[in-house]
Amino acid sequence: MAKFLPEAEFSPASPRDLQLLPLRFEKLDANRYLVANLVGDVLLMSADELERITLLDVTPGDGLYERAFVKLLIAGKGQQSQLQLLALRLRSRMAFLRDPTPLHLFVVTLRCEHSCPYCQVSRRSSDRNRYDMSDETAMRALRVALSAPPPSIKIEFQGGEPLLNFDLIRKIVVEAEHLRVAAGKAVTFVITTNLALLTDDMLTFCHDHSILISTSLDGPADLHNRNRPRPGGNSHALAEAGIRRAQEVLGQDRVGALMTTTEASLERVEEIIDEYVRLDLDGIFLRPLSPYGFAIKTKQFGKYDASRWLTFYERGLRYIIGLNKRGIRIPELYATLLLKRMLTDRPIGYVDLRSPAGIGLGALVYNYDGKVFASDEGRMLAEMGDRTFELGDLATDDYRSLVGSEKLIDLVSASLTQCAPQCSTCAYEPHCGADPVYHHATQSDPVGIKPLSEFCSRHKGIFRLLFELLEGSPEDAAVLRGWVAA
Amino acid sequence: MKPLPLSGQAIAVAGMADGRDRIVLRLRTASAAPGQRDNHDAALIRNAEDVATARAAGFQTACLIGGSASLGDFFPRHVRLSAPFAYLGDGDIVGLHARSRKLRVLYRHGSSHNSFLVTERCNHYCLMCSQPPRDIDDGWILDEIAEALPLVDPATRSIGFTGGEPLLEWHKFIPLLGATRTTLPDTEIHVLTNGRGFACPEVTSAWAAIGHPRLCAGIPIYSAIDHVHDYVVQARNAFDETVLGILRLKDKGQRVEIRVVLHRITAPRLVETCIWIARNLPFVDHVALMGLENTGFALANQDLLWIDPIDYQEDLATGVSILSSAGLCVSVYNLPLCLLDRRTWAFVVQSISDWKNAYLPICDTCAVREQCAGFFSTGRMRESRGLRALSGREADMVRTA
Repeated sequence: MAKFLPEAEFSPASPRDLQLLPLRFEKLDANRYLVANLVGDVLLMSADELERITLLDVTPGDGLYERAFVKLLIAGKGQQSQLQLLALRLRSRMAFLRDPTPLHLFVVTLRCEHSCPYCQVSRRSSDRNRYDMSDETAMRALRVALSAPPPSIKIEFQGGEPLLNFDLIRKIVVEAEHLRVAAGKAVTFVITTNLALLTDDMLTFCHDHSILISTSLDGPADLHNRNRPRPGGNSHALAEAGIRRAQEVLGQDRVGALMTTTEASLERVEEIIDEYVRLDLDGIFLRPLSPYGFAIKTKQFGKYDASRWLTFYERGLRYIIGLNKRGIRIPELYATLLLKRMLTDRPIGYVDLRSPAGIGLGALVYNYDGKVFASDEGRMLAEMGDRTFELGDLATDDYRSLVGSEKLIDLVSASLTQCAPQCSTCAYEPHCGADPVYHHATQSDPVGIKPLSEFCSRHKGIFRLLFELLEGSPEDAAVLRGWVAA
Repeated sequence: MKPLPLSGQAIAVAGMADGRDRIVLRLRTASAAPGQRDNHDAALIRNAEDVATARAAGFQTACLIGGSASLGDFFPRHVRLSAPFAYLGDGDIVGLHARSRKLRVLYRHGSSHNSFLVTERCNHYCLMCSQPPRDIDDGWILDEIAEALPLVDPATRSIGFTGGEPLLEWHKFIPLLGATRTTLPDTEIHVLTNGRGFACPEVTSAWAAIGHPRLCAGIPIYSAIDHVHDYVVQARNAFDETVLGILRLKDKGQRVEIRVVLHRITAPRLVETCIWIARNLPFVDHVALMGLENTGFALANQDLLWIDPIDYQEDLATGVSILSSAGLCVSVYNLPLCLLDRRTWAFVVQSISDWKNAYLPICDTCAVREQCAGFFSTGRMRESRGLRALSGREADMVRTA
């Protein structure tokens, strides 16, 4: 029998045989650094350890070498597998780029019977002729949508309140199902509605055409009705009734709700979450106000800053995790989305948080008047007189001219997190995204100065919170991992 | 505890030489009709009645096992085996070396644990190897397998190929596997390899070209850390080539199983290894976490390798949960239920090959013996301090797990 060799025989001889792979770090506190590899796997290190890694002052067997090696932070010179793993994982994470523009929003009307002060789309209350989308515009939009490359697209009906123009929704759905055959595409539909005007007829149509419902629910009745005024002050009662009927007719998982955080919500996160549980909704999305539309005009936006919102979010998230530990299965949907990025390499091309940005490449918005926008927020800006994100008009443009426009290319390439100042060196970059609309709206620049950006501080706060929960508590981590697995 | 003998020496061999050293025989019941026979077939003779039946069926070749039945001059070609081979039955295949009368059982029709040893040569020298490699010229084995494979019942659920390192002679081995696409299209073809060969694109392409839908490469990774894996397999650069090989195989859409053998070097790092697999190789088809077979080199190195499984049961449960919640298909092999955390029970497979699978006296009173992987009868067993008979209540839990 040949002799067995001791362990030391298989170690690289010196640091000169090692190489440092791309890494980014974030200082958590005095002596704790969160160190991330190219694809966002993280490792907690002391200042001394971080320095030793960057100097390659590590030796097999010292523990630090091993921790860094398994996280793909170092490799032996000439070793290929570490680099190949990073390459294929990066490729997988970016694979959403293979299917440009999967989402198409149809603003079938700008009219709405609600008068929410935080309305981000600047709804109108009257004049059907002026603020409803015409049949002709709708059919043009449909042709553009179906000429987008992906094999499967989603059409989302937006408003205003889209149920005010349900006849057009019917026409678009029927025509889309007809045209999609020749185009060889699958099409799914969503209606974003406050449900106040929902009829049985509409529900039957939704059922027959597998249409999903997305609605708004801000919390318990008094809070919801205060945030979302309408004649009769019965927004909550109508939303609740609509949710129940939709669950019954379409199925529990076919109706979802979104909440918007106002100043009045900040101290009531538990009640808001309990309301979602009470209504058997299968997730909650704790969502901040956006700086668009009436939210600016009525000064709703700006009533709380990122740090107050983060306190609200953390309190809510911890409460939700507690519910899950007690067997009530309800995920927080934004955390779930970010955790999918943090814990897997699935290509998550979420329109509002990706780089290259989702404007145009992730979604197109067909406004009631035929104008085409790069995002929903882009058309909100246009209602305020800022046409930066207006890509063209359905009367003259097609998919290629819209998505290939110099305007869009400039906005997307200017805002890449992969090279934007302070994004490119951020430990959270692999999981975050560019939001040129937000930064244009708040700083008149698609990139923005990140230390002044509430988008940035909010996201850094959430990422840090999620990493701390994953690292700090096995029970919390198990709940969070469970959301990702589902 | 004694394993079933899969090799030995025939008592007598006659009429087999016909210019060839090695003969492959398939054993058949004496009454097998000529229409269902191949010229490799030999009638199984256990008594005088069998002699008459085989003669009537027109057999020219016979295999007499134990007993005292006389073959007379009825069968010009025959082989006589001793009583320990009495377990051989219809459809079993044996390889015979005429001059030395050495015999190897290549395939047992009634078993679900058939595997062909492809070579004893290896470019690894694993600290715990249960089949210590020998640097010998054993190219004849591939010829023998090529002759035996067409005789295997196409209804066989699974066939393994093992070594040594089967890919060392990949240009001979891969075409041989290719034949199974037509002869054994419904059989799981499971090849144990260290995977380093697949770092070479030419090998991976040839493998992918086989086109057998149930072909799978079982590849060991003992640690996510290069020098630890290389130390365990006693080969420099092994980790790098093995990982590259796996990536190339998956790039070609081939099925891959990762195998982690648990011992005192690998078990303390198991959680780390599982996190690494879940994060970097979530697309592999199966992960097997395996108890150590205390035989071969594992015996020579037992001071280095022995760890009581009871001491890693917690990490094993954690590792399994990390892998399964990442969507990976994971199994635990070679470990008895009494040494495993309950959370692991649902992943346990009765993996030990039937010919070397055994139970202990204490198992007679255990309520889950029937579901338990049991023990290896090979080598020298080290008794865990956690061995115990489980109660009926615990048995209910494993059934619902």
